[in-house]
Amino acid sequence: MTEPASLGSAPPPEPAGDDHVRGAGPEALVYLDLGCPRCAGTWAEVAFLPLRICVRHFPLAAKRPRSPALHAATEAAALQSEDGFWGLWDSLLADRSHVDDPHLWERVERLGLDLDRFESDRRSPAVAARVRRDFVSGIRAGVTGTPSAFTASGPVEGDLAAALAALAEGR
Amino acid sequence: MIAPGAQAPDFTLPDQDGNEVSLSDYAGRKLILAFYPLDFSPVCTDQLSIYQEVLGEIEERGGAIAGVSVDSAFCHAAFREKLGLTIPLLADFHPKGAVCDAYGAFLPDYGTSNRSLVLIGEDGAVAWSYAAPTPMEIPGANLIFDALDSGA
Repeated sequence: MTEPASLGSAPPPEPAGDDHVRGAGPEALVYLDLGCPRCAGTWAEVAFLPLRICVRHFPLAAKRPRSPALHAATEAAALQSEDGFWGLWDSLLADRSHVDDPHLWERVERLGLDLDRFESDRRSPAVAARVRRDFVSGIRAGVTGTPSAFTASGPVEGDLAAALAALAEGR
Repeated sequence: MIAPGAQAPDFTLPDQDGNEVSLSDYAGRKLILAFYPLDFSPVCTDQLSIYQEVLGEIEERGGAIAGVSVDSAFCHAAFREKLGLTIPLLADFHPKGAVCDAYGAFLPDYGTSNRSLVLIGEDGAVAWSYAAPTPMEIPGANLIFDALDSGA
């Protein structure tokens, strides 16, 4: 029987492989819950700063029951295209209402994605594992709420949007 | 805060359903007690939700976890339902904070527990404890796994 994978303390892994990274500039790693109002507010302020931002999934199902499905939806979009991922990610944070299935389908279609494939992929074990992988990395890094961020200097304390704005300005 | 090596003080408290829960119920298992100030306060909401997410992994390692605060069983029931928790919550309501106090977690100026974790080994001795330095800091779940995996 294999040992259970560790959840002990470990710094967050550097962005790599199929991590979702966008932009150019100083690196910032951000853990978000798509159902979290603070995350939506912070994302509006930081999403298009001159930073190289890597986003990772941190849904808290007990607190926000719809979040796991939304995170899975973005990974299903990612399987079709990285633009599809970002389109859905940005869309879900810009409008946290209208996230039930019919509205989700509408968003997916507006992004030009294959809806049948999306529907099949978003409930797949592979997509669930991909979301869980990010969540576990956050747990191991000591993430206890969202939004949480890490830069080259380590975990970001206090006002996250302000800290990332300062980073972008080279302060 | 109670230190590793000390025998974990025995307790019997009602859970959210009013059922009596004792330390001896967990004999032969590792038990994590998550002390926290108050149901429904914003920081506590995230703390227990985090632990809920990794409950499977805690149980995989032969552990069990229970939350403890000075709230009543009725309050715990509502809080659990609101958050969709399956983690048991124990009501250290009467005498107020007596069990928190026995574990060194009670803050008499506030009338609530601090925010802390205690790992009790299968032998009933405290294997590890951690108190958050400020009330706003949530002890990460990674700390629980560090303690469980270290052979405590």
